[in-house]
Amino acid sequence: MTLAATAAGHGFLSPTGVEIAFLLVGIGTLGAAVITVTTRQLVHAALWLVVALGGVAVEYLLLTAEFIAWVQVLIYVGSVVVLLLFGLMLTKAPIGRSPDADSGNRWAALVVALAAAGALVWVVVDAFRATWISFDGPVQGSAEASGRSLFQYWVLPFEALSVLLLAALVGAIVLSRRGGEGRAPAAALPDAAARASAAPATAPREEQR
Amino acid sequence: MHLAYPAVLAVLLFCTGLYGVLARRNAILVLMSVELMLNAVNLNLVAFDVWLRDTLHSGQALTLFTIAIAAAEIGIGLAIVLLVYRNRGSSDIDRLRDLAERPDGADADGTPQPDTQAEATA
Amino acid sequence: MTLTTTAVLVPLLPFLGAVAGLLLGRRTPGFVRPLAVLPTLAAAGLTVAVAVGQGGGPATDVATRLTPTGSIPIDLALHIDGFAALIAVLVGVVATCVQIYSTGYLRDDPRYPSYAALVSLFTAAMLLVVYTGDLMVLLVGWEVMGICSYFLVGHYWETETARAASLKAFLVTKLGDVPFLFGIFALAADTGTFRITGILGSVVNRGLDHPTLIALLLLAGVAGKSAQFPLHTWLPDAMAGPTPVSALIHAATMVAAGIYVVARLLPVFAASAAALVVMAVIAAITMVGSGLAALAQDDIKRVLAYSTVGQLGYMLGALAVGDRGAAVFHLLAHGAFKALLFLGAGVIIHAAGTNSLAAMSRMSGLSRRIPDAYWTVTVALLALAAIPPFAGFFSKEAVLGAAEHAATGAAHGIPGAAGWTVLVSGLLTALLTAAYAARLWLLAFKGRGVEAPDLPQALNSVRAGETPSPQPVVMNAVLWVLFVPTVALGLSAPLLPEWFDGRSLAPTLTTSVVGTGIAVVGGLVTYATWRHTTALAARTPIGAVVVDPDAAPGLAEETAIATHAPVYGDNAGAADPADPGRLLLGPLHRHAAVGFHLDAVYSALFVRPVRAAATLVRFLDREVVDTYVRGAGTAPRWLGAAVRRAQTGNVQTYLGALLAGSLVLAIAAVLVATGTGA
Repeated sequence: MTLAATAAGHGFLSPTGVEIAFLLVGIGTLGAAVITVTTRQLVHAALWLVVALGGVAVEYLLLTAEFIAWVQVLIYVGSVVVLLLFGLMLTKAPIGRSPDADSGNRWAALVVALAAAGALVWVVVDAFRATWISFDGPVQGSAEASGRSLFQYWVLPFEALSVLLLAALVGAIVLSRRGGEGRAPAAALPDAAARASAAPATAPREEQR
Repeated sequence: MHLAYPAVLAVLLFCTGLYGVLARRNAILVLMSVELMLNAVNLNLVAFDVWLRDTLHSGQALTLFTIAIAAAEIGIGLAIVLLVYRNRGSSDIDRLRDLAERPDGADADGTPQPDTQAEATA
Repeated sequence: MTLTTTAVLVPLLPFLGAVAGLLLGRRTPGFVRPLAVLPTLAAAGLTVAVAVGQGGGPATDVATRLTPTGSIPIDLALHIDGFAALIAVLVGVVATCVQIYSTGYLRDDPRYPSYAALVSLFTAAMLLVVYTGDLMVLLVGWEVMGICSYFLVGHYWETETARAASLKAFLVTKLGDVPFLFGIFALAADTGTFRITGILGSVVNRGLDHPTLIALLLLAGVAGKSAQFPLHTWLPDAMAGPTPVSALIHAATMVAAGIYVVARLLPVFAASAAALVVMAVIAAITMVGSGLAALAQDDIKRVLAYSTVGQLGYMLGALAVGDRGAAVFHLLAHGAFKALLFLGAGVIIHAAGTNSLAAMSRMSGLSRRIPDAYWTVTVALLALAAIPPFAGFFSKEAVLGAAEHAATGAAHGIPGAAGWTVLVSGLLTALLTAAYAARLWLLAFKGRGVEAPDLPQALNSVRAGETPSPQPVVMNAVLWVLFVPTVALGLSAPLLPEWFDGRSLAPTLTTSVVGTGIAVVGGLVTYATWRHTTALAARTPIGAVVVDPDAAPGLAEETAIATHAPVYGDNAGAADPADPGRLLLGPLHRHAAVGFHLDAVYSALFVRPVRAAATLVRFLDREVVDTYVRGAGTAPRWLGAAVRRAQTGNVQTYLGALLAGSLVLAIAAVLVATGTGA
């Protein structure tokens, strides 16, 4: 365990600056996530999700994975949340507080979630309390490194993924067409998220029609 | 940096998403919670990738794939939710109980079911 | 052919005939009659050949052992002596007569093939019993006869009476067979062999350890099979079967099997004086009781059945006083004339269209219509009443002579009490026998009233003018065949001792005079009573004949049996004030008609407790056992209902339960892996 041995000199009570930053951002992210799943205002939940996802992006940056962080911001914050907001609108979600946002089994859900959190935290802390991540050496997640590995070693899964996205696009279109009378939706967009957003995007047009 | 920080944060995010999936009534909120869970997994992938200094960068590549798949999933998922909403007039998933077995054939919660004609034609 | 081969063929031929009849009867109706008659006829011829070959010489005894069978070996043994040879001749002749008679009697019966095959099978079993020298093989034939009797009594199974009678016959004889089986086991355990010669040798040489117990156990089986008190009740009811069956099984052969077994094993019984006294008492009760009961019966066949019971009592009495020669002599004579009586009764029932004596007594001209049956039955009744010079006289006097011999203490090892019991009851029975024979004859043939042949047609006026169906020739021919031994068998009395034990069977003067005198008195008293009551008969019309005069004999009898109870109120008796038996018996008549309430006693002692037990078992089964069974069904149903409540259709609930379960599994796995838990 050479990697574990490097953590010998680093205690939890003397955190480095990166750790402090990670911790603070993490607390914010977690708080935003908790508000996301508990708030009674549906639109607020989507907005708090933006905060949580952005917090995760910052954590990626702190972990030196800059490319991932920007992709996270672009796709999640930029398109997924927008999609969700569109979905909320299209399903005529109430803007104000809706008292029935939680279903009847929230207490059971709470118990399961807390038990799972307890068990997983215990296991994870038990396993990794002495493990140290060293940021010395070349940056692990730079755009150059990511791109090089992605198009060198992962090119085949990458292309397979593009096929998957195409299938998802077609599926979303088929699901959204209303009984075969709808027009063919707009052409495919180059961005993956834009492809995915095409399906809901057709819906409003049909709704308005 | 201790690996425990991102790992514990991922666990807590995951469990928060878990709670959301189990407790939320609106299908779109459930989808949001699923996103939270996916992000927790992504955080784990990135953290371990950095820790292990993988030459293939498999953790980051998988994170990218996950993000792409999550985007596709949210597209399909929203399409389904919209379809359900169009047919049922509601996106509350605890009212979608058509698969429940009712010995008397009656409705479980007493709400009148929308006509199945719409479902068939949709 | 050697004597052994011939003797082996004797039971084998009817057996093969029965198998062939059962296999081919349905497909080739043309072969049924030859297959029924010819093997039996051949077997009868072979029995005569065996008897001639055997003569009065020393017993032929051969055995072969097919396979070792445990501690005590079972042999396929033949043991042929004078007794076996002569009884086999009787069985063969009577069986042949019955088969020939049946071709006419059951000519239109759809179940004739199976009937004939069963009669053949029965004949084979009886011949096996007669010829075998091994008790286990004897038991096989014994039980085959029992089951054949069950099927044949139930031949008219459409009638309730026949169904009940067949069951009763089967159960009562089985009731005797169980102790019989134990008796055989005890005997074999005592002597170390199932061979009869071995057993008898062992008895003579070193005696038995428990002679009384063994003798009484065997006696129970004999009482069941030979219809002795208290197990005789099945025999009168068994008259619900076809008449030829009654003649073959319930008069001449099967019921004689019990007597034959006692005769074969007489030294075993003679080893215990107590057993002999018990036998004598049983015989006495049977004789007198059946004589009284026969006097009160209305069904002509039931009269003959009770008469059979009484005559078997005579034979058992002869055995009780240690004279098996006399017993077997009476068995032979009785077999001949009783078969004749039954077959004649079949003709009478067909001609009269009823089996009720009360109805026959109001019908004149019956004797003119069936002259063959009239003359043969008359002679057979004289033989039954032991009037010289017919067969019954000689055989009965042999029995009475043996009893007197024992009573005076002249017989070695036989208790005098047994002798006196048999002698007194035998004389009393001679009186009763003559009385009921005379009553039967007078009521059946000397009736006064409407002309017999016209009566059925008068009642069935639609068919008036048609000629009644003629009696089948074979039926009358058989009567004359049996007529010969009925008349002449008595003359063989001087020859028989050579075949038997050597003791003289000639009638002694004292018993002859006393017995015949008593019989004549009985007959005359009955005649006088009949003269007195016959005037009454004209005034009280009774019953009605419902049988179609053109019906086949078997069908006529079936109808008569089925309608007796509805017409006359009872299976056994009829409320006929003109019955001489009613006057003779006085207050006893009511009890005698129902067999002295023995059936009621059995009902109270066995039937009702068994029914109560069955009710209890049914209660336990329905209410206790079934509760568990139903519970086994209900509990999962409730469980299922409970589980179904969880199946709400809410996906979130499912997912929550799924995640909680996997969490529990994961924690358990972690605990096990780290060794913290387990």
